[in-house]
Amino acid sequence: MSTGARHEPIIRMKMIEKHFGRVIALAGVSVDVHQGECHCLLGDNGAGKSTFIKTMSGVHKPTHGEILFEGETMEFADPRDAISAGIATVYQDLAMIPLMSVTRNFFMGNEPVKKRMGIPFYDKAYADRVTMEEMRKMGISLRGPDQAVGTLSGGERQTVAIARSVHFGAKVLILDEPTSALGVRQTSNVLATIDKVRKQGIAVVFITHNVRHALAVGDRFTVLNRGKTLGTAKRGEITPDELQDMMAGGQELAELEGSLGGTV
Amino acid sequence: MSGTDERIKEMSPLRRALIRPELGGIVGTIAVFTFFLLTAFDSGMFNAQGVLNWSIVSAQFMIIAVGACLLMIAGEFDLSVGSMIGFSGMMIAIFSVTLSWPVWLAIVVTFAMAVAIGALNGFIVIRTGLPSFIVTLAFLFILRGFTIYLPQTIERKTIIGGIREAAEGDWLAPLFGGKIFQGLFVWMGDNGIIATFERGTRAGQPVVDGIPMLIVWAILLVLFGHILLTKTRFGNWIYAAGGDAQAARYAGVPVNRVKILMFMFTAFCATVFAACQVMEFGSAGADRGLLKEFEAIIAVVIGGALLTGGYGSVIGAALGALIFGVVQQGLFFAGVESSLFRVFLGIILLGAVILNTYIRRMITGER
Repeated sequence: MSTGARHEPIIRMKMIEKHFGRVIALAGVSVDVHQGECHCLLGDNGAGKSTFIKTMSGVHKPTHGEILFEGETMEFADPRDAISAGIATVYQDLAMIPLMSVTRNFFMGNEPVKKRMGIPFYDKAYADRVTMEEMRKMGISLRGPDQAVGTLSGGERQTVAIARSVHFGAKVLILDEPTSALGVRQTSNVLATIDKVRKQGIAVVFITHNVRHALAVGDRFTVLNRGKTLGTAKRGEITPDELQDMMAGGQELAELEGSLGGTV
Repeated sequence: MSGTDERIKEMSPLRRALIRPELGGIVGTIAVFTFFLLTAFDSGMFNAQGVLNWSIVSAQFMIIAVGACLLMIAGEFDLSVGSMIGFSGMMIAIFSVTLSWPVWLAIVVTFAMAVAIGALNGFIVIRTGLPSFIVTLAFLFILRGFTIYLPQTIERKTIIGGIREAAEGDWLAPLFGGKIFQGLFVWMGDNGIIATFERGTRAGQPVVDGIPMLIVWAILLVLFGHILLTKTRFGNWIYAAGGDAQAARYAGVPVNRVKILMFMFTAFCATVFAACQVMEFGSAGADRGLLKEFEAIIAVVIGGALLTGGYGSVIGAALGALIFGVVQQGLFFAGVESSLFRVFLGIILLGAVILNTYIRRMITGER
């Protein structure tokens, strides 16, 4: 899967620093992501994962550092800029609106229009057809395009959100803890979706604090700890225990693990 | 995720046809009309004059309900609607009578002011992140205060009359105070389809001499609101902004713009109401529009909208307004003590909301 690694990375974050007042959330983090790879970003709560991906998706501006997208320096004014450049983010609880239908969610912000008498009307027939087709591809069978998202499971919602980003031409797909609130079966469905997306040549940035989920689909792994990166490792070069250790900062977890009998 | 989930029951087509936000409104409308057809059929409620009577009252509710409905679906409230009606009416009167401006100019400037105040409401809500409930409650008092203060200071009274005389020959005023299809009604009167006056200065003229512009505005606004909400991309943004503003923002929906525009539209609707009322009465009063904001919200909620936003229907809101108007006028025709109107309304409100909650659970699969 790492054929893309030889080419220029699609996005390169160089020495990103982000300060909030006197708090240094990121203290010089460098990560690059290639097309067709799943790059896992691991870290405990407060490690700076969220700040980092929000910088990547245009929500925050870095205090210092540089973002290269397709080889060029990028300055995103807001998330819309990043989205139109091809960087899409799926947030864990904010992916979908439960009261709205799957179709209306799928095309939210990108509604297709058809002109009738010079007035641009929402093209419902087209939207419904595309949504049903895309859902079938992802293995979700809907009762109908008008089915409310509220009736879908958490995993299905994540999948709809991922399918939406892919359909609208995402080159980089950032997934913010997509599996952390899901059950076993739903998690494996979402991981399977990530694999499908990666095979289409899209760069996936997968944020998680679950080492097993990361190892299931990841090509490369970057661990963040207290606003710093502890390096990037390739698949096969690192063991689950080493990853777990790096996330927790080694020392303390080793002691904890001892008392818990290695169950963490 | 593969194949159909055997735990999701197939839904019968009838059940699927029934679960729509308007169902509560439709059931309520049928119930109300059945009730009055049975109890007040001979009272004159359903002859030409009677129909016009409750149609006008319903149309008034509809005009403000459309604005309140779209704003509520976008996730916000406007409690200043009633005060805005009073304020706009008073401004039209002050501009046209006290300042002797042409009526068209008074109307245009008043609309511009009202929409600007609506935008200010929206801007404050967006900028401060305060609940719109509080911000517009402040404007409820601010606008009502000016509506009383201005005529008292300028004219030493709280009612300004003489607008009908000022509007004589104006090109814009008939758009709010005029009537249409007058020829048709004369023809119907001549042919005995509707009753005519038997004596007095208007002997021989039909009892109903046209459809007031108020009703035309109501129908146009309902159609506009319904099409905007269900058939355009902006409509999708309204749902999204109210359903989950943050999720909508992440998907690229300009949530702030949508909400501010809806505040402006609500103010526009209130001003249409005010303009029609001022042209009809020929005067503006400082107490006009009192409590209208709640009546608009009640009509919208009877119509199936969710108080928390993201869900609702303009057609439902229009039916809610119709129920409101028919009940208010119908009890008068039925000879029921008019204070019972509130009891009746409360029961309908409660019934509709319970039904709507049940429908919504079916749609979204909440438990």
